[in-house]
Amino acid sequence: MSHYEVKAGPEAFLPPAAASMGNVLPDPGEAHIGGKIVPEEEAYEKAARMVLGAKVPTIFPGPLVLWKWNDHVAEEAKAIRELALEAPMRIIPMADYRPKYPKINQEVEINPNHPNLTIWHNKIDVCIFFGVHCHMANLSLKMIRGGTNCYTIAMCAMAGDEDACLSFRDADLKMINKLKATIKKLKSEGVESQAEPFTQFVMGRSGTIVAPA
Amino acid sequence: MNKQVELKNKRVIASNHVKLGQKNQKGQTYTDINDIFYKAKQTPNFLTGSEVIRAAIKVASVGTSVAYPITPQSEAAALIGELYAEGYVDEYFRGESEFAVMGQCAGAAFGGHRVFTTTAGPGTLRAMENFPMWAGARLPIQVCVTCRGINSPLSIQPDTLEMYYLLETGMLIWHAETAQDLFDFILKGFIVAEQPDVHVPIAVCCDGFFVTHTKDTVDLPPDDLCLTPYDPYRNPQPVMDMETAPIRMMRDPFIMKSNYISYATHASWQQEVKAAVERSRKHTIPLLDGLIDEENTDREILIVGSGTAVSQAREAIRLLEEEGIKAGLVKIKTIRPFPYEEVRQATKNAKHIFVPEFNLAGWLAREIKANIPDNERVYVGPHVAGGMTMPSEVIVEEIKKHLGMEVATRGTLG
Repeated sequence: MSHYEVKAGPEAFLPPAAASMGNVLPDPGEAHIGGKIVPEEEAYEKAARMVLGAKVPTIFPGPLVLWKWNDHVAEEAKAIRELALEAPMRIIPMADYRPKYPKINQEVEINPNHPNLTIWHNKIDVCIFFGVHCHMANLSLKMIRGGTNCYTIAMCAMAGDEDACLSFRDADLKMINKLKATIKKLKSEGVESQAEPFTQFVMGRSGTIVAPA
Repeated sequence: MNKQVELKNKRVIASNHVKLGQKNQKGQTYTDINDIFYKAKQTPNFLTGSEVIRAAIKVASVGTSVAYPITPQSEAAALIGELYAEGYVDEYFRGESEFAVMGQCAGAAFGGHRVFTTTAGPGTLRAMENFPMWAGARLPIQVCVTCRGINSPLSIQPDTLEMYYLLETGMLIWHAETAQDLFDFILKGFIVAEQPDVHVPIAVCCDGFFVTHTKDTVDLPPDDLCLTPYDPYRNPQPVMDMETAPIRMMRDPFIMKSNYISYATHASWQQEVKAAVERSRKHTIPLLDGLIDEENTDREILIVGSGTAVSQAREAIRLLEEEGIKAGLVKIKTIRPFPYEEVRQATKNAKHIFVPEFNLAGWLAREIKANIPDNERVYVGPHVAGGMTMPSEVIVEEIKKHLGMEVATRGTLG
């Protein structure tokens, strides 16, 4: 029985899908770290430590949480922002999945078709996917693992993403808040954020960067 | 595999669909698949395979079914038309061709319906371009393939060659041996294919005529229960935004539209579809009680097969036992995902492995040979094709010949 460890890359020109290497997704109440199934509690601790230990920790909120298609999502979006402020982490949105013409603005957006560009440009060493459809998340996560050294964390609302270095499943508002609480607890125990100073940008409705209100 | 998928309790994660427990317009109660198969009383019925397809679709909460006549699935397609007339299927119509049918199925699936169709032989080949399109678009459409010959001169008789062509389409491919398998696979197939981590199309294959047009006893759950409907909110990707109708999607796939797009995206996309097929194991193993069935696999002679070849092999084993020759059996239920580890384990003691198939290509034998160590143990055959039956005596004869045993001489003319 082989165990394929899902680690931060750069792994290969074309890294394999972890599922094709035999990795199995967690059941409810579980998560995976590096492909190994662990109790969810263990994953919060690991994720929080990775975020605090990173120089450029970043949240990539996807369209499922960026667009207010129900009130519940708006609550999650707010919680994501609070999580980012608590850590602190940058927020770089993945607003949709279409490729960007003529080229992506790497400082302020990420796209699943070439996620490596945003990660390289901003030197992102730890990231969290939230609100990205599973198919598009796995698509990106493999490419990130292939060509960058970024440690990937997926907070998946469905069954989890085995192509992330760490993945939760059934992610919801409660879980975002729990991750935030875990980060807060570690900080109160003396674990300091290693994040480089940055200014969180704010985008207006036209997509341009505006000064925070 | 880093975590064994357990058979304990034989359950998949229960449905939490909002309609669970409610009644549909026909008074059927939306019920979790676990309860349909493991709690509800099963009653024996004597049905043809085509009637079994009808019975399955009656309780499958199918939104759309598109039909096109091609033997031997025509009867099943017509019977689904009856279900539409009775109000058990929301939408039903006849397509212009098999290619059109599969495109129309895609449209219905993009729109959020549970979709079922049937095809066979040349129809499967004519529709072929659509199958990897379905898989790439992560559409969990179910097609029941009632296998028949595909080549000229025309044959309407059973032949499993078309399954060879389906192997790398990105679909789940299950192969039913009996009418009971067919019923179970159709209902369970929807549930597995629609899991958000799987969400790819499924081909439930059976051997035309041998299964579709013969009568068999099949245990059925009460038809006042039905599957919970497809839940489009559990789709792992949004409906593709192509500016125009879904049927145009392959003309302007957005990852090929620009020089700025990484080819790695397309590669990763293909990997993701294959990964989805592999993920289906977790849901399939408890529902089908494993990807393979094993009988006496500690024996030196083993027959490995799928579909009705398994039934013939079972009888061949009985005939061999009468002569004091002991053989074991492996029945492969899922061709995709292929049960690599299971087959390796089941064949580890065998010295001679026979793979009877209803096609001349020997695709199952190739899969097995590519997968197990010491593959010179695999004897590719016996084969029949073009609608020939495979008498159990032929399997016996082939095994004895290969083992250097005396075989009774066939009758000669004059």
